[in-house]
Amino acid sequence: MTNSANSKGTNGLSRRAVLAGGAALTASLFAPKGLRAADFPTAAVNTTGLAVTDDTVTIGILHSVTGTMAISETGSVQAEKLAIEQINAQGGILGRKIEYVQEDGASDWPTFAEKAKKLLVQDKVASVMGCWTSASRKAVLPVFEQYNGMLYYPTFYEGLEQSPNVIYTGQEATQQIIAGLDWVNKVKGAKSFYLLGSDYIWPRTSNKIARKHIENYMEGCKVVGEEYYPLGHTQFNSVINKIRLKKPDVIYAIVVGGSNVAFYKQLKAAGIDMTKEDPILLTISVTEDEIRGIGGENIDGAYACMKYFQSLDNDNNAEFVAAFKSMWGEDMVIGDVTQAAYLGPWLWKAAVEKAGSFDIDKVREASPGIELPTAPEGYVKVHENHHLWSKTRVGLAKPDGQYEVVYETAELVEPDPFPEGYQ
Amino acid sequence: MKSHSHAFLSPRDMIGFALLAAMIFVVFPLLLEPFRLNLFGKYLTYAFVAVGLVLCWGVGGILSLGQGVFFGLGGYCMAMFLKLEASSPENTAIQSTPGIPDFMDWNQLSALPWWWEPFNSFAFTLIAVIAVPVVFSYIIGVAMFRRRVGGVYFAIITQAIAAILTILIIGQQGFTGGVNGITDLRTLHGWDIRTDAAKTTLYFVNGVLLFAVLLAAQFVRRSKLGRLLIAMRDQEDRVRFSGYDVANFKIFVFCLGAAFAAIGGAMFTLQVGFMSPSFVGIVPSIEMVIFAAVGGRLSILGAVWGTLLVNWAKTSFSESFPELWLLGLGALFIAVVMAFPNGLAGVWAEKIEPRLLKLTRRGDKPLPNATPAE
Repeated sequence: MTNSANSKGTNGLSRRAVLAGGAALTASLFAPKGLRAADFPTAAVNTTGLAVTDDTVTIGILHSVTGTMAISETGSVQAEKLAIEQINAQGGILGRKIEYVQEDGASDWPTFAEKAKKLLVQDKVASVMGCWTSASRKAVLPVFEQYNGMLYYPTFYEGLEQSPNVIYTGQEATQQIIAGLDWVNKVKGAKSFYLLGSDYIWPRTSNKIARKHIENYMEGCKVVGEEYYPLGHTQFNSVINKIRLKKPDVIYAIVVGGSNVAFYKQLKAAGIDMTKEDPILLTISVTEDEIRGIGGENIDGAYACMKYFQSLDNDNNAEFVAAFKSMWGEDMVIGDVTQAAYLGPWLWKAAVEKAGSFDIDKVREASPGIELPTAPEGYVKVHENHHLWSKTRVGLAKPDGQYEVVYETAELVEPDPFPEGYQ
Repeated sequence: MKSHSHAFLSPRDMIGFALLAAMIFVVFPLLLEPFRLNLFGKYLTYAFVAVGLVLCWGVGGILSLGQGVFFGLGGYCMAMFLKLEASSPENTAIQSTPGIPDFMDWNQLSALPWWWEPFNSFAFTLIAVIAVPVVFSYIIGVAMFRRRVGGVYFAIITQAIAAILTILIIGQQGFTGGVNGITDLRTLHGWDIRTDAAKTTLYFVNGVLLFAVLLAAQFVRRSKLGRLLIAMRDQEDRVRFSGYDVANFKIFVFCLGAAFAAIGGAMFTLQVGFMSPSFVGIVPSIEMVIFAAVGGRLSILGAVWGTLLVNWAKTSFSESFPELWLLGLGALFIAVVMAFPNGLAGVWAEKIEPRLLKLTRRGDKPLPNATPAE
């Protein structure tokens, strides 16, 4: 026992010596590379006590990696980690490597709130990439506003929100909906629509916007039916029968999660062949990720309207898809939300560099007007209202589970989270 | 506490209560930073449910797998009041209809439903927090126990009720906030409940209420009623043949458990700042039974410790291993059930307490009536 007490004493001494030596060593090693970090002394770029050191900055990743939402959110986590690794490989942000603390929201909204608070209060993260469902975002929103954090939220969602503490990297409802409806009307000559969706805020709000647009802005067009089914619902035969009776030109479907599998299989079993486009099926809720569950052969011929498809043909996207697959595996697919999640760290990096500071208030001020010409979806820009200007595209589902892009808006679509005339 | 007779609190109970009080009122507030203290406050709200379950299940033999219903009802009553206060016309000026909660506006409601109106009153809300769940549990109790439904059938029916209520809340999203729940609660009579100071105050209020509930539970256990409940659990027919109306006792203890759960729910809403259907359903209800089981279903103090241990493990496992924590938690449950079927309380009574007593006996003043076995 005495021995160990003695050695403990010497250990303490030597440890201190090693520490001092180590610090000197690090300083000398990183001196040439750390020039940029030295240009931005920590005291100047971090005045509010965030987790920023002389060579690192810590951010949070907050998604569900367990529970029912894990299947959807895993892609977002992977994309965010890829972006962080790429940024670090380029030298980090203001000369600092990004480190991350990952927390599991566990598909449970109160857990999201608890973990968000932990990231902001305890870990003092400089920003958070996270959330997926609207419910989880609504749960963490008061936390971000109270403790002044910055959330990069990747999912396409219903709009009706504009927080100074959130950057919305997915599309809000009008961006996603209006272009698709106009396209199906002008190009396919569709006049009558049957709206259906899962029963929660996003499908309901989206269909409200769709209905207003169809009835007020599309000449001679009408909605012939509108129905909602609980999350997880698997019996769609009655609505399929109603659809056959009403014979709409378009089935406008916003079914989410596991219900999709049942819905598309039952459509096919009922003899509705979507490749014949009678009726046309247009969805805003099925990305390549969901098709893996549905099966490409079951959704062949459907159209989806969103801002990104894995098959987009441009150099940024080719690079992104290759990097994603080499990091996470060749059999990975990339959906709209995964790409939007990938934008988060990059947009944050651009805002921090523009502000020359990690301070939340300065990043917020710098964010509007940030441009990202390297985005896989093509050029995007942050609007004053914290949403992104982005193009909207229509994809045709193929049996191999990929979409073929058949239409894209000529210009970037302006985000409008509180659309006049659609409320 | 000293004024009570020995029949109410034996010296052993005294030690247990004092130890818990020291932890909740002294050790946690001194050791934990405000964020962690608030988390422990949240855990302690589940302890209300676990204490109720000890009375219903451990003592009375009525296993309810739907206590989340009462926790949720209490929480929703409180959330409705707070939401109305947060939805003043000034705060909601951007809505189509200012002055109603935001989720109603999103769901195209243009006026407050009539049954929301009374929740503008704090006094009404406080009564409703207890009264709504108690009336509901009374109806369930009368319907079940008068027909002599018990055991597994009762457990299944309570589960069904939990499922039905969840579906109802999610389906009626214009009135209840749906899956999102009632979020963004801010002030209680103008007092900002989101600040660290307010959270600390609420933590202590919560602690005091928990002790009130614990003492009430202890009172029930030590009373004649408590002995009758145990008798009913072990030999229901004998109690019935002795001339007691078994159903009434069962209804009473079930309602009492519901009232405890409701207080916990209301305190949860205040401390966490929102309420959602994810506390009402089957899974949280079963989790609450697990808290009681880990603590030891016969011990009201054990229930509190069990709740704290399980939730603390949940938080710290999930922080350290975000992708594997559920497995670790599962392993913990299996270990506890296999090794310590009587839970933490059993470990205390069998392993720790005898040794402590030995130590104190070695001292100058042996405790006269401190015997290790009951």
